[in-house]
Amino acid sequence: MSQENILEVKNLVMHFGGIKALNDVTFDIKRGSVSALIGPNGAGKTTVFNCLTGFYKATGGSIMLHAGGKSTSVVKVLGQKFSAADFTSPVRLIERIKYKMFGGSHLVNRAGLARTFQNIRLFKEMSVVENLLVAQHMLANRSMVSGILNTASFKKAEEEALQRAFYWLEVVHLTEFSNRLAGELSYGQQRRLEIARAMCTNPEIICLDEPAAGLNPSETEALASMIRVLRDNHNTTVLLIEHDMGMVMNISDYIVVLDHGEVIAKGGPDDIKTNPKVIAAYLGAEEGEEVSL
Amino acid sequence: MSQQTKGINIVSALKDTVIAGLLSLIIFGPVVGVLLDGYDFTFQGADVAFIVSIVMAGRFAISIFSQTEFGEAFLYRQATKDDGVVVTAPGYKSRMRFIIPIMIVVGLLVPFIASKYVLTVVILGLIYVLLGLGLNIVVGLAGLLDLGFVGFYAIGAYGLALGYENLGLGFWSMLPLAAIMAAVAGAILGFPVLRMHGDYLAIVTLGFGEIIRLVLTNWTSFTHGPNGISAPLPTLFGLEFKRRSREGTPFHEFFGLPYDSAYKYIFIYLILLLVVLAVLYIKHRLTRMPIGRAWEALREDEIACRSLGLNHVLVKLSAFMLGASTGGLAGVFFATYQGFVNPSSFTFFESALILAIVVLGGMGSTIGVVIAAFVLTVLPEMLREFADYRVLMFGILMVVMMVWKPRGLVRVTRTGFATRKGSAK
Ligand SMILES: Nc1ncnc2c1ncn2[C@@H]1O[C@H](COP(=O)(O)OP(=O)(O)OP(=O)(O)O)[C@@H](O)[C@H]1O
Ligand SMILES: [Mg+2]
Repeated sequence: MSQENILEVKNLVMHFGGIKALNDVTFDIKRGSVSALIGPNGAGKTTVFNCLTGFYKATGGSIMLHAGGKSTSVVKVLGQKFSAADFTSPVRLIERIKYKMFGGSHLVNRAGLARTFQNIRLFKEMSVVENLLVAQHMLANRSMVSGILNTASFKKAEEEALQRAFYWLEVVHLTEFSNRLAGELSYGQQRRLEIARAMCTNPEIICLDEPAAGLNPSETEALASMIRVLRDNHNTTVLLIEHDMGMVMNISDYIVVLDHGEVIAKGGPDDIKTNPKVIAAYLGAEEGEEVSL
Repeated sequence: MSQQTKGINIVSALKDTVIAGLLSLIIFGPVVGVLLDGYDFTFQGADVAFIVSIVMAGRFAISIFSQTEFGEAFLYRQATKDDGVVVTAPGYKSRMRFIIPIMIVVGLLVPFIASKYVLTVVILGLIYVLLGLGLNIVVGLAGLLDLGFVGFYAIGAYGLALGYENLGLGFWSMLPLAAIMAAVAGAILGFPVLRMHGDYLAIVTLGFGEIIRLVLTNWTSFTHGPNGISAPLPTLFGLEFKRRSREGTPFHEFFGLPYDSAYKYIFIYLILLLVVLAVLYIKHRLTRMPIGRAWEALREDEIACRSLGLNHVLVKLSAFMLGASTGGLAGVFFATYQGFVNPSSFTFFESALILAIVVLGGMGSTIGVVIAAFVLTVLPEMLREFADYRVLMFGILMVVMMVWKPRGLVRVTRTGFATRKGSAK
């Protein structure tokens, strides 16, 4: 795919009743980049992620994902309300009904976007390997008959899934914990497992919501190098939300700063570091006042 | 815990006793004490006093026991016991594996050694095993609370009876058809509801079970209402198990045996045993297949599942339909075993009983469900003298289980996987 941007967000608006969580958010993410979405608490970062991944239906705007050789409109696959124009074109009507009945956030993942959660969401009472096997559901041999008869092709598919699972366990340094329950792992290990699980769906872009929260400095260091591995060795675009400025400035190629649901700045780390609006938003200072980040 | 008052505090024990006594007076006073006699009533004070004194004595004993050193240690063990899920080592083989062939052999021998009465009880037990396994897929694996499972059971049972009466379909054609019918009913019910959260599903399924029962009761022109309807027996390659057959020779004449009504039960038992074994095997496989893992993952965290590309509605629906079809199968066996069905067999109490089997057995545990199904159906049959106290014993059993093993009889294990080198393709 030659398209330069993997993700294009235009005029994204998200309202919860009277709360305007996002007003007119626009940004593009370049293929193969590590980008960061930063901003003070409550700025709307997680809300952006939830819109991107289809957990919230955006109130307005468009989100285009260019992955897997095609372009997907995230808003559309969630199922939209019928409009008058649908009834003039049967093709559009059928498509609309299809997405209304079978659409949802899972289609966003199938289109090539994976995510992790700010409050870790693992399958706590399943083993670490099983967490990774569930993530490969769409790649697995799901035929009931061959599974029940345990045919050779089923065994082969399961073995491949296990190989992939152990590959990712190796990448996130969890091989020795493969047969532990996910809920028994330490916080840092759980965060890494969640990343491995998201990667098992073979995404082209992965969105990490505060991956370094609760990690100690050496774990954060390891995480940063892991994120580079994801980009360099697996051609995965990374978009992350992070409060650890050291890490953000260190690994990001591109940074989008959000405050009160609006993009106040975007650009490379050096631009952002010196941007007075950003400094003001973070430190609550008046614009123009001298503060260093 | 203070050091000096290590002894037994009688006052607090007495306080507990009085409170328990008052509560039981409130409950049993009107229930046991007031005996209606026409438009009048008599007051049976002695009965109430007897029951209340039993409750008070019991409460006093428990209070004293929990204050002794032994009692304290016991409570501590109960409170801190680790009863969670365990992952077995890779390549682990249970030491109890030899049980499986023994159970199969015993199962095959039962009809030839047991009396006809015992056989009918065991058949009933197996029917509940089937029901328990079906609901275990829905509740235990997929985590969907289904309070109207009896609806699918009724569809299977009435499917056989009505299919025979209206279309002339026999046991063998209705067995798969009933499973399909129940699955379709599950799909129609589930598709709109499974998008919602758990509580709605419980309410809707509860309603579904009641609607099915009310339709069966009130649509008299089709279902014969409360009078019920007779259901056919299975045939062995066209040989019937009746004393006299309208067409063809019955089973006993064909083999030159004297007529014995036990033959039909033996036959039903053997088919049922095969079906139960097949369902057990399928369930065992399912937990090792992508779909089974997806069900459990969905029970753990639905949002995470969606973020991994699983269509949560369809995954839930597959569990719901598979569970329903197992219920339908059980219904067919129930109808053919009774030879007659009527709506009173499909009340909410039945749904609650099946749910109790799943909960007692341990959510998601297969062996636990088999044991619980037999305990809850065979035991009441064996203890006929106490039939009046069946629900009471049921309640006591539930309370004891909640204290002793809150996660069910058998603790759930997960299979471990041997470490591999790992490769990404
Ligand atoms: N489901 C919801 N319903 C109502 N309001 C919501 C919802 N989700 C988010 N909000 C509101 O939107 C705003 C942005 O929240 P969001 O979680 O996106 O912040 P954030 O930037 O991720 O903050 P943090 O850094 O603390 O994670 C907050 O005011 C929050 O209260
Ligand atoms: Mg957040």
